Amino acid sequence: MEQQEVREGDVFNVRTNFRDELLVESEVLSVQQLKDGAKDFLIATGTGLLHPERPNVTLRDDNLKYPERQWVRKTELIVLEQSYIAAGQMKGAERVREKLTAIALFGGDYRELPGSALISLQTDRNTSYNLYLQVQNELEAAVNELRDELSLAKFNESYASLEERYGRSKESSLLDKIKAVRLVYPQRISEAEPRDASQGYY
Amino acid sequence: MSKFKKNKKRESGAISTASLPDIVFMLLFFFMVATVLRTEEEMVRVIRPEASEIYKIEKKHLIRYVNIGPPQDKRYGTEPVIQLNDQFADVVQIREWVENERLTLAEAEQTKMWVSMKVDQDTKMGVVTDVKQELRKASALKVLYSANSRERTN
Repeated sequence: MEQQEVREGDVFNVRTNFRDELLVESEVLSVQQLKDGAKDFLIATGTGLLHPERPNVTLRDDNLKYPERQWVRKTELIVLEQSYIAAGQMKGAERVREKLTAIALFGGDYRELPGSALISLQTDRNTSYNLYLQVQNELEAAVNELRDELSLAKFNESYASLEERYGRSKESSLLDKIKAVRLVYPQRISEAEPRDASQGYY
Repeated sequence: MSKFKKNKKRESGAISTASLPDIVFMLLFFFMVATVLRTEEEMVRVIRPEASEIYKIEKKHLIRYVNIGPPQDKRYGTEPVIQLNDQFADVVQIREWVENERLTLAEAEQTKMWVSMKVDQDTKMGVVTDVKQELRKASALKVLYSANSRERTN
């Protein structure tokens, strides 16, 4: 993978402290608000194309910086695939082909999150396990809800149901759909080394 | 010369084996009743947190459990401890435990082992993080968090 420079706004910072409080992008939020925050982060600049029923997303906070979604265009991909094949990089070509399949399934180009966009979670050693799990759960719920929404709009079937049916039948057409949805809404959660407020540095 | 002299030594009769099956069955039934199958006994109190994004696991034979919580038996204190199989363990023992558990799986499945963490909801993250770090060092990278089901919040 090539090194990508990290733009400000590409990382969604979630921190929990020893008093079980939540700091999301320098704002104190409750666990209930976290999901909407994460959803804003994941869709912010990708609306309009994939969510015709939701042309304008009202973002929670205009002052926050969000990752810039970039167009994935069919014409560019075809050229890229040829160059990968010419260079003998089969893995690269395979990745491009997955994107092409996604475009075919969606019936049009889409915008993807930059590779450096991710959700960063840092806990304190004295955070309770319950809060940690609730945070993980809400972050996953955010991604799952968006995936469901997209999948329902494009394939008339929720993402959860796609996965469930694929689990039983291992049908490759279902896997293509799952992969396509995942390309638009990747689940990238990174867990940072935990802090320890009781050790003095805070 | 007595007329009634026994000219043959009387043979002692063979021990009757008619009751042998009775004895064998009695022993068999005794051990059947007295044996307790070795089970995963929870020695720590785990109140699982609730979560909405949960999955049912199908291949249960690939899963090994780590329990973390305060001991059931108050004599061991109230601080959360780690339980591996059916004994208390220290964080440093985890790596060895992972190696051993991996060997109990068929060779083809050894890389597919999952570690499920059953952690009490009031445990502090410090212990949990230490365990996760050790699991990472043992390259047990597939970790599950055990939780009870609830509805999604809006």
